Amino acid sequence: MNNSALVKKKHKASLRRRKTLVAYSFILPNLIDFFVFTFVPIVFSLILSFTQWDAGNPIKFIGLDNFVEMFTKDKSFRIALVNTLYYTVATVPITLVISLALAILMNKQLRGRVFFRAVIFFPYVASLVSIAVVWMALFNPDRGPVNGILMSLGIENPPRWAASSVWAMPTIIGLTVWKNMGYYMIVFLAALQGVSGELYEAASLDGANKWQQFRNVTWPGITPTTFFVLLMLMVTTFKSYDIMYITTQGGPGEATKVLAYHIFNSAFVSSRFGYASAVSIVLLAIVLVVTIFQFKGEKKFTNY
Amino acid sequence: MSNTLSAKKTARTRAQYTVLYALLILVAIMMLIPFVWMISASLKLEKDVFAFPIQWIPVDPQWNNYNLIWTKVPLMTGFANTAKLTFFTTILQLLTSSFAAYAFAKLEFKGRDTIFMLYVMTISVPWQVYMVPQYQMMTIFKLTNSHLGLILMHAFTAFGVFLMRQFFLSIPTELLEAARIDGLSEYGIWFRIMLPLSKPAIATLSITSFVFEWNDFMGPLIYLSSTNKKTVQLMLRMFNTQYSSNYAQIMAAAAVALVPVLLLFIFLQRYFVEGIASTGIKG
Repeated sequence: MNNSALVKKKHKASLRRRKTLVAYSFILPNLIDFFVFTFVPIVFSLILSFTQWDAGNPIKFIGLDNFVEMFTKDKSFRIALVNTLYYTVATVPITLVISLALAILMNKQLRGRVFFRAVIFFPYVASLVSIAVVWMALFNPDRGPVNGILMSLGIENPPRWAASSVWAMPTIIGLTVWKNMGYYMIVFLAALQGVSGELYEAASLDGANKWQQFRNVTWPGITPTTFFVLLMLMVTTFKSYDIMYITTQGGPGEATKVLAYHIFNSAFVSSRFGYASAVSIVLLAIVLVVTIFQFKGEKKFTNY
Repeated sequence: MSNTLSAKKTARTRAQYTVLYALLILVAIMMLIPFVWMISASLKLEKDVFAFPIQWIPVDPQWNNYNLIWTKVPLMTGFANTAKLTFFTTILQLLTSSFAAYAFAKLEFKGRDTIFMLYVMTISVPWQVYMVPQYQMMTIFKLTNSHLGLILMHAFTAFGVFLMRQFFLSIPTELLEAARIDGLSEYGIWFRIMLPLSKPAIATLSITSFVFEWNDFMGPLIYLSSTNKKTVQLMLRMFNTQYSSNYAQIMAAAAVALVPVLLLFIFLQRYFVEGIASTGIKG
C-alpha cells in the first residue's frame, strides 16, 4: 500500500512536470522573440549608456561621462529636452480637451454618428508619410492654400509655418492633434457609454442643469479614463520623433528637434552609440516616472 | 399652456441640434479637407496645383498622373515588400500571441506570474529606448537590410499577448475541462476551442498589426538600405525628396499608399473601434 502511494506521488510529479513542459511550449516562441529582440536590447542599452562606442573600436567604459556631457556640455540635448517639453505640454491638453468634447458630441443620439466617427478617426490609421506630405503642401509658406486664404483675408505676412523656427513646432503640434484626436475620442466615447443613464435621470429630476450634470455625473464617471488618456498621451508625445523626421528633419536649425530625434541622430548619424544609449536612458527615466504615476493613480481611481 | 411650453421646449432642442450638427459638420470638413485636396491636386497639371482660389474639381482631370507615378520610383516593389512584411508579421503575431496568451490565461505553471510581470514592465519601455542596441545586435546576427530581420523583430508584441489573454480569460474553464476529459490535448484545445471562440480578438489584433506594419516608417528607414527591399512608405518618401516640385504626382502616390488601410477601415470599422474601446477602458 505504502508502495502504491509512492508510485502515485511519483506519477503526480511527472504529470506536473509534463504540464509545465506543455505550458512552456506555448509561451516559448513568444518568449524567445521577446527575450532576443526586446529584453536583451533594453539591458544592453543600460550597459551601453556608461560606455563610449562607435561600433568600430572596442567598447570603452567611461562611467558617468555621457550623462555629465549631456547635462553640462551638449547644447543640442538641452534644446531637444526643451522642445520635447514644449511639444508635450502643448499637444497633451489640446488633444485631451478636443477629444473629450468630440466624444460628448458623439454620445448624443445624432443621425450620421457612424459617419462622423469614421471621418474623425480615419487620420489616426492613415499613413503618417502620406498625411505629412499633404500638410506640408497645404502649409507651404509661399504657395500653399492656407496662406493663400490668410492673405485673401487681408493678413499680409502670414506665418511661414514649417519653414519658420517660431511656427514649425506649432505646425507639427497641429498635425499631431489633428491626426490623433479621433483615437482618444473613441476611448472617451467608450467610457461615456459606460456611465449609467439612470444617474442622469436622477440628476435631472433633482433639477441639475447640463453643466451640473457634467460636473457631478459625467466627470466622476470618466475620471479613470481621463487619467489613462492623459498618461498615454504624455508617453506617446514624449517618445515621438517620426513626425519631425518626416516633416522638418528637426529644423529649421534645431527648432523641432526632440529627445528621441537626438537619440536617432547621435546613433545613426554621428555613430556615438554609447552616448545615444545614455540619452535613451534619460527618456526611459521620464517615461517610467509617468508610468509609476499611472500605477499609483490606477489604484486610487479604480472605484467602480 | 402646457402646449406652448412644450412647443417652446422643442424649438429650443431643435435650435440646440442645429448648432450641434453645424459643429459636427465643421469638424468633419476639417478632417476631410486634406484628403480632398490631396485627391484634387493629384488630378491636376503641375502648374495648377497651387492655383488660387482653389479649384476643387479639376476641369481636365489628369488621370495619367496615376500611371506615371509607378515609373518614377519603384513604387510597385514597395507595395510588394510592404505586403510581404505585413502578411508575415500579422500571421506570426497572431500565432505567437495567442499561443502564449493561452498559457498565461488558462494553464498553471512555475514562473508564470514572473514572466508575465516582465511583459507588463516592457510594454511601457518605448522602442526609442532600445532601438540603438537592437540595431547593433541585428548587425551581429546579419539581419540588417533584410526583411526577415524586421519580421522577427515585429513578431513579438506584448500588446498582442495582453489582448488575447484578456479575451481568453472570459472563456469559461469548464469548457476546457470537458474537452480534456474528452481526450483533447492542450494544443487541440487552443486550436479547436480557444481560437474559434476568439474571432473578435483575432480581428482586432490582425487589424492593429496590419495598420502598424503598413504605416511603419522608422523601422524600415533604419533597417532597409537597398532600394529593392524598401517599403511603400520609404518609396513615398523617396518620391517626395527626389521629385520635390512634382506636387501633383506626389499627391497621387500619397493617395495610392493610403488605399489598403482605407479599404480595411471601410469594411472592418467595427473592429477598429471595439479594439480601442476594450483596451482603453480598462486603463
